[in-house]
Amino acid sequence: MNARLLPYVLILPVTLFLAVFFLYPFALVAKQAFTQGAEFTFANFRDVASHWKFPISLKNTMLLAAAVVPVQLALALLMATMVNRMKKGRDLVLYVWTIPLGISDLAAGIIWLAIFEQSGFLNSMMSGLGLVDQPVNFLSYQNPMMVFVAIALAEIWRATAIMLVILVAGIGLIPKEYYEAAEVFGASPWQRFLRVTLPLLRPSLQTALILRVVLAFEVFAVVAALGGTLFPVLMGEIYSYQFDLQNGNAAAALALIVLGISIVFTLVILRALRVPKGATI
Amino acid sequence: MTAVTTDANPQDARKAGRIVYLAAVVLLCAWVLVPLYFLLINTLSSPEAVNSFPKSFFPAFDLGSLTFFANFGGMLSALKNSIIVAALTMVLSILIGAPAGYALSRFDFRGKELFRLLILLTRAFPLPLLALPLAVLFIRTGLDDTALGLALVHTTLAIPFAVLITFSLFSGIPIELEEAAWTLGCTRLTAFTKVVLPLILPGITASAIFAFVISWNEVFAAAVLTIENRTLTAFLLQTLGEAPLHLKFAGGFILVVPALIFIFAVRKYLFAMWGIANR
Amino acid sequence: MAVIEIKNVAKTFGAYTALHDINLTIQDQEFMVLLGASGCGKTTLLRIIAGLETATTGEVWIGGRRVDHLPPKDRGIAMVFQNYAVFPHLTVFENIGFGLRMQKLPNDEVKRRVERTAGLMHIDQLLKRYSGELSGGQRQRVAVARALAMEPDVILMDEPLSNLDALLRMEMRAELKGVLAESNTTAIYVTHDQVEAMSMADRISVMHKGEIVQAATPLEVYRNPAAEFVAGFIGNPPMNFLPATPKGAGKWAVGGQVIDGPQKNKALNFAIRPEDLRLADSGLTARAKVVEPLGAHLLVTCDIDGALFRAVLDSDMTVKPGDTLTLAPQPDRVRWFDPDTTRAVA
Repeated sequence: MNARLLPYVLILPVTLFLAVFFLYPFALVAKQAFTQGAEFTFANFRDVASHWKFPISLKNTMLLAAAVVPVQLALALLMATMVNRMKKGRDLVLYVWTIPLGISDLAAGIIWLAIFEQSGFLNSMMSGLGLVDQPVNFLSYQNPMMVFVAIALAEIWRATAIMLVILVAGIGLIPKEYYEAAEVFGASPWQRFLRVTLPLLRPSLQTALILRVVLAFEVFAVVAALGGTLFPVLMGEIYSYQFDLQNGNAAAALALIVLGISIVFTLVILRALRVPKGATI
Repeated sequence: MTAVTTDANPQDARKAGRIVYLAAVVLLCAWVLVPLYFLLINTLSSPEAVNSFPKSFFPAFDLGSLTFFANFGGMLSALKNSIIVAALTMVLSILIGAPAGYALSRFDFRGKELFRLLILLTRAFPLPLLALPLAVLFIRTGLDDTALGLALVHTTLAIPFAVLITFSLFSGIPIELEEAAWTLGCTRLTAFTKVVLPLILPGITASAIFAFVISWNEVFAAAVLTIENRTLTAFLLQTLGEAPLHLKFAGGFILVVPALIFIFAVRKYLFAMWGIANR
Repeated sequence: MAVIEIKNVAKTFGAYTALHDINLTIQDQEFMVLLGASGCGKTTLLRIIAGLETATTGEVWIGGRRVDHLPPKDRGIAMVFQNYAVFPHLTVFENIGFGLRMQKLPNDEVKRRVERTAGLMHIDQLLKRYSGELSGGQRQRVAVARALAMEPDVILMDEPLSNLDALLRMEMRAELKGVLAESNTTAIYVTHDQVEAMSMADRISVMHKGEIVQAATPLEVYRNPAAEFVAGFIGNPPMNFLPATPKGAGKWAVGGQVIDGPQKNKALNFAIRPEDLRLADSGLTARAKVVEPLGAHLLVTCDIDGALFRAVLDSDMTVKPGDTLTLAPQPDRVRWFDPDTTRAVA
């Protein structure tokens, strides 16, 4: 085999596959979003955006992402630095902390449902402690704040692990000498974290944040399990446009809006955490 | 704290720091494990106990809920569908992704950056959304409501990971090993099968398992693309509204268990594969 | 049994030229060392001979056969890599026998050859081990044994000793030389270490910026460097240079002194090795700046008219920084270079 052609032969399957199952459907979504019947139109976007549920579901999705992602980032950084200085039991602790990585959002929703539902463990605990006489229905329209908290907790519980894995891997690539050098020059542990770990961790932070933010906009099953229709989010609206309302064009338009938001945030993160050329480890 | 204790302060401070540190580790472990424990209690309780109040904080080891789950119409076939789709996804994503990972790690070629960008782009894209137009396409090609159709979509989801993970795995094998094999009488192909493959196999298994978990856990595309042949996630999502609590918990438990085992099986590779893939 | 001929080989990577028009013939059973600093193209040349890299233009002939279009396995070569490339998933035995198995030799022949080469390299005790259980030096031996077991026409070595510590390197140097001399193979050995090159080579090709500046025996390269680069690269400390102006009739003004030289009428560079200088009543006047006692000798770094000048003196001498020394060059060791072409002048 010609060595010059070989790499192209090797990437051909992926390229073809992505062309058929990624680029092509993407083009279809775009086309569907911009047409009604056979006509080019922005009407789908107008319809979707003017629907009364749109501002709420947009606000909910953004609020959830804004509440969840920073907490996850802080938590993942804390866990990663804790694991980094651990000698005994590191593997076990890491395994426990990465367990949620394998748990689907649906299962996570169900797990937290066991805690927050009316006959659930939170109520059992509170009545056991004599805080309430009657089990409280947390996940109802009377407790919108509780619904939000439950969903946010489930998301934090489930999806911190992926950030943790990326950050632990990233920290593992930073040579110990840098810390020793910083220590010799008089940096405190906190300064070492700020001045050495964080800047050198930028590529990993980038990946972790992009992945998490994009996934946060796709939040769906956790919400479905815990809030149902009480807490409309964008992905849930797409689902109901497609199935309950049988309006594929509107679903496509909304999908493009989600994509647009994801791309904007990806670019912002890429820009904010860019690594100057030559400043890599 | 009074002035008397200042002498012993550095020691005390270190000890206190150590205690805070250990407490934090234990607390964070509990944060992960306690919700899982609650799910376990519910799964191992009778349907009546699951719906009663207040809850016991210890499992009753009653298999009532699980039996109910197993006998619930369509649940077992949904479980079977989930396994088939995940297995197909696993095979497809490795077969398609691994050659590209090898190309990225071994060759400098024109368009390499563009290709990497395409891969990264798919990772930054709400992929399940593509299930919508594919649903139409699949109806036209007869792939609608089949395990293969869904597996193809899940493969799209898993492929960026498969490419990046295999890329970092191959990058971990020094090219000199291959070159040495070439000078010792191997062709490119035999060098790959005799030297690279044996070294890479555990890692490939790990990334295959990762693909399996991605598919196993996927909800949205599964719900959109299957109607009769629901996967477990799609089935549970569909029944969320009306299903009794004990069914939800037993189903959630069945969803969680294989994932736990798989994460345990691949834990060694989780970090290695993300480490290099980021660079 | 193989002569290697390299004809007009050039290699470019995009706009960068790694090798310019290389021509080199290596005789049957010769030990040729490619010597140069990193980035000089020596490894690229070796990899082109091995078939791991393709030349942009030019031909490679091994044993009268043109091989530049053949894959490595069909060139009759064996190679030892800098990082050894011992297969981690195979035992030492299977590593050494790897190439033989590829040739589908019968089991007893594989066993015989593996045991023979393992004995030669003193690793017959390690045959059942895996690479992870070996030290760097032992891995090195496995890599060499693996190449020798192929009984190749040509053995190519890419800095094989550079990852060993100094003592082990010296030991392996002698051993490798002995084993290769016995094996009757043609050897090409890439290194940046001039001591390795001097001690092992039949001939040295000194490379610089993608060209072979001089290909000659070690002593010739040392005594009669063909260019200023060779003079400055070989020898530790390197050769001294001083500008010389012609005084006519083969007389030259160097550092305020008049010295005999070639019949030329243009400015040249006068050159002398530090060890070819001795203290005398008349000679170059130098001011000592740094004095380094090295045990066997005394290395004195001096200043002559603002130019750096080193002398290796007997260690019994007492020289202090600031002393004025009179250094007499040994007349038959003086060399002359043309500063325009940097080549040696006869």
